[in-house]
Amino acid sequence: MSLQSDLEKNSIRLVFGVLVVIAIGGLVEITPLFYLNSTIEKVDGVRPYTPLELAGRNIYVREGCFNCHSQMIRTLRDEVERYGHYSLAAESMYDHPFQWGSKRTGPDLARIGGRYSDDWHREHLQSPKSVVPTTIMPAYPWLAKTELDYAHIADDLRVQATLGVPYTAEMIASAVDDLKTQATADAPDADALAKRYPKAQSRDYDGNRDMISEADALIAYLQQLGTQVDFKLYDDKANVR
Amino acid sequence: MASASSSTKTFTFGEGGAAFAFVVLAFLSIVIAAKAYTSAYAFHAYLFAAASVAAVFAIFERYVDRPAEVPLTIDGKPNYNMGPVKFATIASVFWGIAGFTVGLWAALELAFPVLNLDLPWTTFGRIRPLHTSAVIFAFGGNVLLATSFYVVQRTCRARLAGELAPWFVVLGYNFFIVIAGTGYLFGINQAKEYAEPEWYADLWLTVVWVAYLLVYLGTVARRTEPHIYVANWFYLAFILTIAVLHVGNNAAIPVSLFSPKSYIVWSGVQDAMVQWWYGHNAVGFFLTAGFLGVMYYFIPKRAERPIYSYRLSVIHFWSLIFLYIWAGPHHLHYTALPDWAQTLGMTFSVILWMPSWGGMINGLMTLSGAWDKLRTDPVLRMMVVSVAFYGMATFEGPLMSIKSVNSLSHYTDWTIGHVHSGALGWVAFVSFGAIYCLVPWLWNRERLYSLKLVNWHFWISTIGIVVYISSMWVSGILQGLMWRAYTNLGFLEYSFVETVEAMHPFYVIRAIGGALFLAGALLMVWNIWKTIAGDVAAAKALDPAPALAPGE
Repeated sequence: MSLQSDLEKNSIRLVFGVLVVIAIGGLVEITPLFYLNSTIEKVDGVRPYTPLELAGRNIYVREGCFNCHSQMIRTLRDEVERYGHYSLAAESMYDHPFQWGSKRTGPDLARIGGRYSDDWHREHLQSPKSVVPTTIMPAYPWLAKTELDYAHIADDLRVQATLGVPYTAEMIASAVDDLKTQATADAPDADALAKRYPKAQSRDYDGNRDMISEADALIAYLQQLGTQVDFKLYDDKANVR
Repeated sequence: MASASSSTKTFTFGEGGAAFAFVVLAFLSIVIAAKAYTSAYAFHAYLFAAASVAAVFAIFERYVDRPAEVPLTIDGKPNYNMGPVKFATIASVFWGIAGFTVGLWAALELAFPVLNLDLPWTTFGRIRPLHTSAVIFAFGGNVLLATSFYVVQRTCRARLAGELAPWFVVLGYNFFIVIAGTGYLFGINQAKEYAEPEWYADLWLTVVWVAYLLVYLGTVARRTEPHIYVANWFYLAFILTIAVLHVGNNAAIPVSLFSPKSYIVWSGVQDAMVQWWYGHNAVGFFLTAGFLGVMYYFIPKRAERPIYSYRLSVIHFWSLIFLYIWAGPHHLHYTALPDWAQTLGMTFSVILWMPSWGGMINGLMTLSGAWDKLRTDPVLRMMVVSVAFYGMATFEGPLMSIKSVNSLSHYTDWTIGHVHSGALGWVAFVSFGAIYCLVPWLWNRERLYSLKLVNWHFWISTIGIVVYISSMWVSGILQGLMWRAYTNLGFLEYSFVETVEAMHPFYVIRAIGGALFLAGALLMVWNIWKTIAGDVAAAKALDPAPALAPGE
């Protein structure tokens, strides 16, 4: 008890004592995740979000969708059967911040991409009850009416690049054009976009040709969720941790 | 002893520096407001500018009114600085009612979705962080500010360090709450649970928090008693660890000085680990260590008994703060977090049961020789029941951290029920007890307006908590079982939306529980209002001791 008596008589020593004791657990659990190679699986197909998808993700974040929807399929039989292949760490490695969520008031969205049509999503955001009569999800009618603010989207890419997301100078320079291209049906530059961002699909997501709305961006984000990795080619034995 | 008349009044370095800093902040805010990318951000910048200007005026006005030197002691007794404590006490009651009300609304939205009103500001996704921040950080945070500033002065027998600094901490913290809460409604949210405010609010909170630590340490340094009292260890660990967690979890790069948007430095699996290192220790240090500081002062004081065991409090303190930090990964079982981290998180979460119950025993056994007071003093009863809820929640937590249990409970309402047995039963009840103690002490009232009202508050809110957590146990376990139910042909039995429909009755029952809890808290507001107004005579008439035995 003499150490204790020393600590409780000297506030500065107590401060350092507390700091040392609380540092240990965090250091042991967090730091290895940054250098152990097994933390993130080796897998093909994961790419940074296109500017439109990133803008859509920011709307997902703004509206607090993570409060009710997870994006993390656990390695449990029923989840894999309900939602698809369990989520890989690699699939969210460019997510700043992660959106795994903690509660499923609504279903998991990790592999929602391509499951429903754009029309379904548009109706669902406008009035969820129109497509799922007993849902308790709120309606988001303002998304289709609000013009997307993408004037500074290149800055968003630039910040993400400094954090390690592999956005090239070319991607940053063409961010605004890429965003417009992806939100337009039959855009002439769609091929160039798909070259920069493999599998990126260009079309008029919200069905309204007059403007690029927030619904365009959000639906574009939702429609690519979980589609980047081709699980027909994925070898899970190669990534046993 | 300093005498006001003999020394000449000068503008101190602290006053000058603070005034200058606020002038600079006001100008910076106006520039940002003019060039802001969004109107919500401009609104926040104007709020910063207005608050800075108000702060400058307040500093000068205070200079005119104050004596040349504030005496540290008067007639040999410490000249306690209770102004900031009073402010934080009132603020905690105000934010408590606001937070409970928003929580009730959110609960009703889940039962009756039409209440989302089809408006951006009132959807569940924006209301829910408003509720969690209002109850945890606004209500709980102000309780911690009030009690820690009270306890550190009384146990050190010294006036709070600094004259402007304690006010800066209390007002600055509440300003952070306003920025955070209005931000969620306008859609400013960085999507880190329990750390939703954006980068500029986080920066502001960091400055306030460092001031908090300095005031606290400065006051501890003024003590004449050689030993630092146990409650202060817990408060100190809370302040320090929250600082570390806040800075680590919120590390971000803003898109621009003129944009409210930032991107968190961490990504994916590392961000998940950092988030729940933060998230679980917001529970461990904000909602546990801080409120254990409350327990270690207010229960012995109210029971008029010494703490049961000094030795147990030493073991409790060091083992609790060491073990809690490890528990975060239990929020990430069966996810893409590597298994070794999940196993570590589960192991330490189970071990954590022991120090938690050590603390519970230390709190409960402090009543040795004073158990009869539970019959006559509903304030003490409230605090003792809070410790019992603490014991229950800290048993349920380790249980839910076991991977096979977690595979059922995670993502369901069971987690919500667990959090509320801790938040309503432990945090809110020990806070109510402390507020009922503090108000008569701070406003120099002989006693509370009515102990009978405290008794009603206790029973109404206790029933509310039980209704709340039982409904969430049933809905959570039911939902978990429905998700994994198979037909005899081997297909999943229920579609997701069928499990949502099955939750409806429990969401209604939960809302009723929440409404009862809020009703009890409103009785507290009335009681405190009357106490501060000085209605003591009526209280005496209402409080014949023998009438107070409804527990029989």
